[in-house]
Amino acid sequence: MYQTNMYEGVLAETITIEGFHGDRINAYFARPLGPGPFPGLVLAHHLPGWDEFYKEISFRFARHGYATLCPNLYFRAGHGTPEDVAAKVRAAGGIQDDQVVGDLEGAARYLRSLPNVNGKVGIFGTCSGGRHAYLAACRVPIFDGVVDCWGGRVVMKEEELSPNQPVAPLNYTKDLACPVLGLFGDEDQGPTPEQVNRHEEELKKYGKKYEFHRYAGAGHGFFYYHRPSYRQEQAADGWNKVFAFLEKYLS
Amino acid sequence: MCTMIAKQIRISGSGKGASGWFTLKEADVSYDHPFDAPFEHALNIDFVNEAQGPGARVAVELSVEAARALVETIQAVIKQAEAGGYLTEKAAVKK
Repeated sequence: MYQTNMYEGVLAETITIEGFHGDRINAYFARPLGPGPFPGLVLAHHLPGWDEFYKEISFRFARHGYATLCPNLYFRAGHGTPEDVAAKVRAAGGIQDDQVVGDLEGAARYLRSLPNVNGKVGIFGTCSGGRHAYLAACRVPIFDGVVDCWGGRVVMKEEELSPNQPVAPLNYTKDLACPVLGLFGDEDQGPTPEQVNRHEEELKKYGKKYEFHRYAGAGHGFFYYHRPSYRQEQAADGWNKVFAFLEKYLS
Repeated sequence: MCTMIAKQIRISGSGKGASGWFTLKEADVSYDHPFDAPFEHALNIDFVNEAQGPGARVAVELSVEAARALVETIQAVIKQAEAGGYLTEKAAVKK
């Protein structure tokens, strides 16, 4: 635990990594200064994009001792303000699941290649990023823990499947190779409490290690301090659970 | 949740964005997370010109009630213009 007489420092900058199919994409890399070894953490940003919230929490995770890499999953949509680029992706119905998984795997491989990473790499995401984090953790056995914060469309109806999202992440649950932490608001419209229950049933069915926490009085995006959805009490507890989970499985 | 409910249409007209007026080519209509409007989901319309890059965008994020009222109002105004004989081919459609 941090004490006020300790040295601390963080370096945060944009770098380039190899993503899906070897494509070069940019990523925000925030890591503690010092020899380490540090646990690694990949962040899967949310639908509103590779935005300020994700840059800020990258920095926050780094301050807590994680070499944190947040790839720009919308890199191929072109460049502009994060909102303009995210609006373009939103209009296209999101990005391809295979591409996202490839980019997140590339970020994990980058972290694992570093001499000052301790050999453990987790993945965290909110909203569509929660879904993407879960999907990647199921499809690529490269992660040591996954944090899914209110990831919608993990449970999908047949009519929701599309060329970009052809398989519900729930269907890959049997392949999940690491523990999962899930945080959900009881008032969320997606995932609904019923969908969270369905997700939990699947994890139980395959004997997966998981922790699900459901928050009364919270809906979607209750960590987002810049949005009306922010819920202080639930967010504070949720952050504590995130850090406890990461310490348990990535140290 | 991210609904991924989105449709695009081709349009003609002009929009005023951050860098001034530009020619509009497409309108992206979605019901999904807004960036600014204080709702979990909103009826979002992005008037864009994709060929000019992501920055060529005029955005609105509306409540469902506002979106419905807007559609009705647009229809009513066009109907009134039509009844008044204003919708000549030349004025109505700019190719």
